Amino acid sequence: MKRGPARRVLATALAAIGLAASMGLAQERSIPLGELKSGSVFLGEDLRALQNDQFANPGTLWVERGEKLWREVSGKNARSCASCHQDASMRGVAASYPRIDKASGKLLNLESRINQCRTERMGAEPLRYESEELLALTAYVARQSRGVPIAVSIEGAARAHFDAGRASYHKRRGQMNMSCAHCHEANWGKRLLSETISQGHPNAYPAYRMEWQTMGSLERRLRACLSGIRAEMLPYGSPDYLDLELFLAWRAQGLPIETPGVRR
Amino acid sequence: MAARIQIPPRAKRGEIVEIRVLIQHSMETGYRHDDVGRVIKRNVINLFSCRYNGVEVFRADLSSGISANPYLQFYTVAEASGDLEFSWIDDEGQQDSERQSIVVNG
Repeated sequence: MKRGPARRVLATALAAIGLAASMGLAQERSIPLGELKSGSVFLGEDLRALQNDQFANPGTLWVERGEKLWREVSGKNARSCASCHQDASMRGVAASYPRIDKASGKLLNLESRINQCRTERMGAEPLRYESEELLALTAYVARQSRGVPIAVSIEGAARAHFDAGRASYHKRRGQMNMSCAHCHEANWGKRLLSETISQGHPNAYPAYRMEWQTMGSLERRLRACLSGIRAEMLPYGSPDYLDLELFLAWRAQGLPIETPGVRR
Repeated sequence: MAARIQIPPRAKRGEIVEIRVLIQHSMETGYRHDDVGRVIKRNVINLFSCRYNGVEVFRADLSSGISANPYLQFYTVAEASGDLEFSWIDDEGQQDSERQSIVVNG
């Protein structure tokens, strides 16, 4: 198409507006909102049906356990989660994590937030990462946000974590010398052996994975990816995961929470 | 062993009712090894049965091929009001049971 001077001026103006908008919004999306696809889109019909089946979804076993634990008194202060959050619904809460804890200024994901509540308010021992109890409580809290679109803040103190997470996402690592972006940004929708590569969104976690035959956290899933590209797996709760989790949540903004998800 | 069981609370006499069961169990196959190479002993729910007012209406012999947290779905004919009793046992001898009532009209 021939581009006349008027057209060029328009294009420049649009570019300027776009630049201003992206500066205003801090960051452009890596995958446009219209193209965002939850991991469930890449599942087979049977697993998608299982995830949507409110009875048969195996993740509901953990959600139910979490509901019991929510009311269970524990620790020196003889409190349960429900002692403070009496009738308060946790709806929407999971969609805003990871987030900066105002008091400590630290970035917390849902798991570390639950443990912070336990240690600081209940006087209880923190739950071990990936323990059945922590998975159950996290699943119970996140389940209440099912259908709520992810919306995290990357302003203020979160900004540095976000930048670190984005750098981590694009960093080549491991014996295969690959970054997250090589699969989940450049090649989603294509096949990797028998599987379709997803966009790598965190909106279903904690999720029940067929490969694990159990429930697992997002960090367990990240470790599985790292192992897949033969890179070093960091310990659970490592700050590097948290930064990456924030970036992933921001990248998935607008996708509704599906916890407890079912994945391959 | 946590379990979820779903039956319709009421039904018409002669109606075919759907029963759904989900049991939390690792269903260890016996084919896996631990970090130091020892075989992890098989431990699966090997027997599940459902009795309707004392009469067995469904029984399943499960083995290594069944996934963790097994889901069972079966049907029975609603004949009389009463209880459905579900019981199961694994290789280590752990057993559990649950009872649910059904009201049958007509």
